[in-house]
Amino acid sequence: MSSMNEPLLEMKNISKDFFGNSVLSDINLTLREGEVIGLVGENGAGKSTLMRILFGSTMIHETGGYGGQVILNGKEVHFSSPFDAIAAGIGMVHQEFSLIPGFTTTENILLNREPVKKNLVSDIFGDRLNTLNRAEMDKRASEAIRLMGVDIDKKMVISNMPVGHKQFTEIARELSKEQLRLLILDEPTAVLTEREAEALLASIRGMAERGIAIIFITHRLQEILSVCNRVVVMRDGVVVKDTPADQTDVQQITKWMVGREVAGKAETSVRSHEGAKDILSIEKLWVDMPGETVRNVNLTVKEGEILGIGGLAGQGKLGIPNGIMGLYQAGGRVVFEGKEIPLNAPRKCLDASFAFVSEDRRGVGLLLDESLEWNIAFPAMQIQNKYLKKYLGGLVKWRDEKAIREVTEKYIGELAIRCTSSKQKARELSGGNQQKVCLAKAFALNPRLLFVSEPTRGIDVGAKALVLEALRRFNRESGVTIVMVSSELEELRQSCDRIAIVSGGRIAGILPANASVEDLGELMLSQVK
Amino acid sequence: MQKEKSWFGKLVENYGLPRMIITLFLLLLLVLCPFVGADLPTQISNIIARFSWNGILVLAMVPMVHSGCGLNFGLPLGIISGLLGATLSIEFGFTGPLSFLAAIAIATPFALIFGTGYGWLLNRIKGGEMMIATYVGFSSVSLMCMMWLILPYHSPNMVWGLSGKGLRTTITLEGYYNQVLANFLKIKIGNFVIPTGSLLFFALLALCIWAFLHTKTGTAMTAVGSNPVFARAAGINVDRIRLLSVIMSTWLAAIGILVYEQGFGFIQLYMAPFYMALPAVSAILIGGATVNKATILNVIIGTILFQGIVTMTPTVMNNIIHTDMSEVIRIIASNGMILYALTRKTEGSK
Repeated sequence: MSSMNEPLLEMKNISKDFFGNSVLSDINLTLREGEVIGLVGENGAGKSTLMRILFGSTMIHETGGYGGQVILNGKEVHFSSPFDAIAAGIGMVHQEFSLIPGFTTTENILLNREPVKKNLVSDIFGDRLNTLNRAEMDKRASEAIRLMGVDIDKKMVISNMPVGHKQFTEIARELSKEQLRLLILDEPTAVLTEREAEALLASIRGMAERGIAIIFITHRLQEILSVCNRVVVMRDGVVVKDTPADQTDVQQITKWMVGREVAGKAETSVRSHEGAKDILSIEKLWVDMPGETVRNVNLTVKEGEILGIGGLAGQGKLGIPNGIMGLYQAGGRVVFEGKEIPLNAPRKCLDASFAFVSEDRRGVGLLLDESLEWNIAFPAMQIQNKYLKKYLGGLVKWRDEKAIREVTEKYIGELAIRCTSSKQKARELSGGNQQKVCLAKAFALNPRLLFVSEPTRGIDVGAKALVLEALRRFNRESGVTIVMVSSELEELRQSCDRIAIVSGGRIAGILPANASVEDLGELMLSQVK
Repeated sequence: MQKEKSWFGKLVENYGLPRMIITLFLLLLLVLCPFVGADLPTQISNIIARFSWNGILVLAMVPMVHSGCGLNFGLPLGIISGLLGATLSIEFGFTGPLSFLAAIAIATPFALIFGTGYGWLLNRIKGGEMMIATYVGFSSVSLMCMMWLILPYHSPNMVWGLSGKGLRTTITLEGYYNQVLANFLKIKIGNFVIPTGSLLFFALLALCIWAFLHTKTGTAMTAVGSNPVFARAAGINVDRIRLLSVIMSTWLAAIGILVYEQGFGFIQLYMAPFYMALPAVSAILIGGATVNKATILNVIIGTILFQGIVTMTPTVMNNIIHTDMSEVIRIIASNGMILYALTRKTEGSK
């Protein structure tokens, strides 16, 4: 047993980059036995990457490993797979459940670690044919559930359980591992009801008393304050604050999470469109987009503005453009320039001169196996009959390769798309350049209203600036109204005129883009469910 | 970091290894031809003739591959439409070249109706098209095995001689449309024969498909196959485009079998359509197409290579090793090619 003075886990100078794009730098973190730390930060701050390094995720190795040291119990460790991490006593409960629906709680808790007994067949054919020792399994599962301190039915089949109990089953599974010393909980309360969440918090306290160290990741800051010993705030791949939980409050943490030290950057030209007419009004919109459910959104967009939509992941901000554009089942009323736009019909939106740059670039945004020419010209060709030559009185609509090449080359020049030629396949471009192709595709439609979803996700800093600049120029020069959805608050503050914050599937509030980060951050967390 | 490839490596990469092996094998057979006592002009004429019979059946694969429905293993369905056209044309008493036109005219509505139903089915099982297509082919053939017996055909040229009802397995086209295309502008130099009309007819249909793929709807079809979600986000009615591709494919198969019959000289009923799908599928794959990319050039190269091997192996190989290896080689080549293509869903070659 190590003494209380010696830390259980030490992470020293951890850094990580993905192909030259730095996501973590110089992270230092210590954790003692029985200590609970709350890890908070905006989406993309680097929390998950840090936890992946700690848990030995193979993805880290495939992308070139990490810098710095991970020291467990005074010894430096190098986990090459989660199995190593588990053997060393680290457990992790993921946001997504990894349970077998048709198995009972007990079976799931002890999966592949079942106590067994020998039988006649296994004597002959080997240990793989041993019989499960059900009595012993029950005992161990009960013990794990007792340790957790929340009562769940150990005979119930997972598929019949409420989500909360599934979450508890996962935790019990980690607890049933005897070597468990450190437990990582990645947003465990996101799916729990208030009562269940409280039970979980109580169980966290109980586990800590038994000497298990816990890293608790959540967006619910109140929980952190009530259960953690220390709060670690991450932003842009660095730890910006590491402080005892009893010396801070929600406001302060929010400020650390979203605030930036770089001053003077956020103050750009925020324009007021107070007098402008409403170009789009959304009433009682609901969208059934998995993981991004929109519950009840009412929103008006002024002509000529750039409206930002922000919010935490999973709160429904992505559902808004996807629902309006008909890519997911939606309901409600959308009125554009006085005309109602039918939902669930992509073609109608496009005919009304909307355009959409999807957050799912590779899945929705691009024809990966076709040339840039096709990618850029296709929607405009199909919707507006551009780049076509008509023969036989319009009966035959022939692809005008020359016009297609011209428009593609125009956008390659304008947006500085780096490619070998306009015939290159979209798959071969880098993420940033693919994003520019997506923008070019939307620009070629000459839309009146452009939805842009996560325009800078997964692209490097240089390309980010270019993409945002292109959007702004498009708005200023062509007078196109833009609705921009982004997880990065700072990006919205730089580019937009107003920012609507989505929380719990609803608009929590709309503020001018120069509002303080504290106010915006507070709105983000206001209705988190 | 990338290692510079040798010219041979590049050639293999551009042309595709299986296609290369098969081309070399075919060339070897042609070289061996005179040594085993076979007449080279006759052999080459044979390859050209068989190309003209089969080309359109292979071409029928193209629309469905483009729209992402995969290889049309349900080809027998289209073939059955063609057979209905052929038999009804004879039943109604058309003769000579007119019977060919009548067969096409009668086959067309059947192909449209069957194609619509087939396309509707394929739209409900996205992702498993080729599996379902195979079974559509199987079951339609079995159903028609019964129908050929039951349907009230009376033409003495087609029904069983003794009972006077039910269609025979093989029906001769003598006096109907035997060689009707092949004899048009036929070139004959000694043993060397070119069925110009058949080739022109294939060229005409190939040109139509090529042109279609350059139109707005054709472009949409390729995009649907390339990324259906992208197409939907661009306002395309994905199901309608897929349906269209299946109908086109089925119609081409119907026309294809009529062209095949005029060259072969017989209508083959009952289980015959069953054996038409796999050769057509493997031909287009040998030509360099993949499950989701196919060009007209793939069709032409593939049909020549496949039919070349089918015609050359009996004469050459049998003379060398004195056993009937041709069937074995044909089966290995066609099934092996399909297996190979299904394991790798990569980009096609040009």
